[in-house]
Amino acid sequence: MLLTLSITPMQLYGQLLIGLINGSFYALLSMGLAVIFGMLNVVNFAHGAFYMVGAFVAYFLLQYGGMNYWAALVLSPLIVGLLGALVERTIIRRLAGLDHLYGLLLTFGLALVIEGLFQNEFGSSGKPYPTPPALSGAYNLGFMFLPKYRAWVIVCSFVACMATWFAIERTRLGAYLRAATENPSLVRAFGVNVPLMITATYGFGVALAAFAGVLAAPIYQVRPGMGADIIAVVFAVVVIGGMGSILGSILTGFTLGVIEGLTKVFYPEISNTVVFVIMAIVLIIRPSGLFGRAI
Amino acid sequence: MIEAALKVAGLEAWYDESHILHGVNFEVRPGEVVTLLGRNGAGKTTTLKSIMGIVGKRKGSAQYGGRETVGLSSDRIARLGVALCPEERGIFHSLSVRENLMLPPRVAPTGGLTLDQIFTLFPNIKERLSSGGGKLSGGEQQMLAIARILRTGARFLMLDEPTEGLAPVIIQQIGRTIGELKKAGFTILLVEQNFRWASTLADRFYVMEHGRIIDAFAAKDLTANMDKLHDYLGV
Repeated sequence: MLLTLSITPMQLYGQLLIGLINGSFYALLSMGLAVIFGMLNVVNFAHGAFYMVGAFVAYFLLQYGGMNYWAALVLSPLIVGLLGALVERTIIRRLAGLDHLYGLLLTFGLALVIEGLFQNEFGSSGKPYPTPPALSGAYNLGFMFLPKYRAWVIVCSFVACMATWFAIERTRLGAYLRAATENPSLVRAFGVNVPLMITATYGFGVALAAFAGVLAAPIYQVRPGMGADIIAVVFAVVVIGGMGSILGSILTGFTLGVIEGLTKVFYPEISNTVVFVIMAIVLIIRPSGLFGRAI
Repeated sequence: MIEAALKVAGLEAWYDESHILHGVNFEVRPGEVVTLLGRNGAGKTTTLKSIMGIVGKRKGSAQYGGRETVGLSSDRIARLGVALCPEERGIFHSLSVRENLMLPPRVAPTGGLTLDQIFTLFPNIKERLSSGGGKLSGGEQQMLAIARILRTGARFLMLDEPTEGLAPVIIQQIGRTIGELKKAGFTILLVEQNFRWASTLADRFYVMEHGRIIDAFAAKDLTANMDKLHDYLGV
């Protein structure tokens, strides 16, 4: 059947793999957005910028600190997470209780400022970031070659997503988070420091974006525009999956990556728009998204 | 004279621009059950919320165990050993019954009931532990809302209309529970419309109107004050 469509299995598996890789990033980023939205009620438009900053921090650590990929994978999310916590404490907090639109405009402006600064300093061309030696090369799966680094990204993203889901749905801290999403003032009246939890949540969500940025660095190069490129699709993913659902955003992220990949095989012309077409259809049928609660 | 557990003096409170409490004065002594009576809108719920620190703006004084709470955030007040069971019960629907029960953190190392003691008071909760919080009946929600503040070690409990909308048999069970808690030495501030029911539990009553305390009497003087009370409450 594939032959009658003049598609080789190689092409199919290759695009499926690319789809899974893209899906890994969509899942990580949209999950961070869902976590932040759940707790802060803020649609974090600066998410892509923090993803880019995460990749740049990895680049700086290598360039100026001589620190390798593994150190960056831990340090960059930590540094960017703290930066995010600072942004929440000093700026985003002031919008508490206001309409969604204010948070959206603020973080959108923040993204423009951050991306503008990096563009100004580093130009728009990409900086190469080496694949760590332990992950270079490829596995021969018989029907295709699977580059080790790409397998690592998929596994990493999947594990990070599942760990986050577990922490939120199955632990005591997660119960605080879910309860505070419903009724923050009551959770606070039980003795929980909710404002601190909100800061930590934003920091964590942003750290996830930075983690994705470090994972992306060896694949896509490190560019000031990398966040802006991916974030449009990620927001489409979020709209399709529905705001605020952790598992929904993970599932939608991976699925849409794969659908995008498959479209490249069967009908390449619409591969760049397929996600948005799906988004439009979902918005018509289920405006709050496949797994979402009404905003 | 026993020193008060809670001493409220000149307490004022606002929601946004509206001034709700206009200088509330009363006290609750350790181990007492005190009931705030008053018509709807008199400021009873706001008084509880003000003591808990969850209204917009407060002025005046509300001391618990000698510590001033006006000016403290609600999480700090909770950690002094003050707990609120809100009128709307506040059961979290996205959490299971077990998670709801275990949610409030311990505020004191001792003084809380054990889970076994809680299940003895509320056997229904034990059977529903794995249900979703939103799946409970009104009575079960009320029991869970009381149960979860008993574990934490808080010794001062504020219960806002715990019988509202419940069946008589459940109201009796909640009455027995409050009796048990009083015996166990908890100090309780109750807001209640049903003053006949409250009269079986409370040591003293305060009557509120227009954001002020306008009268006070002991439980033993209830019958003597019945006419006045009917007047105040419009019943």
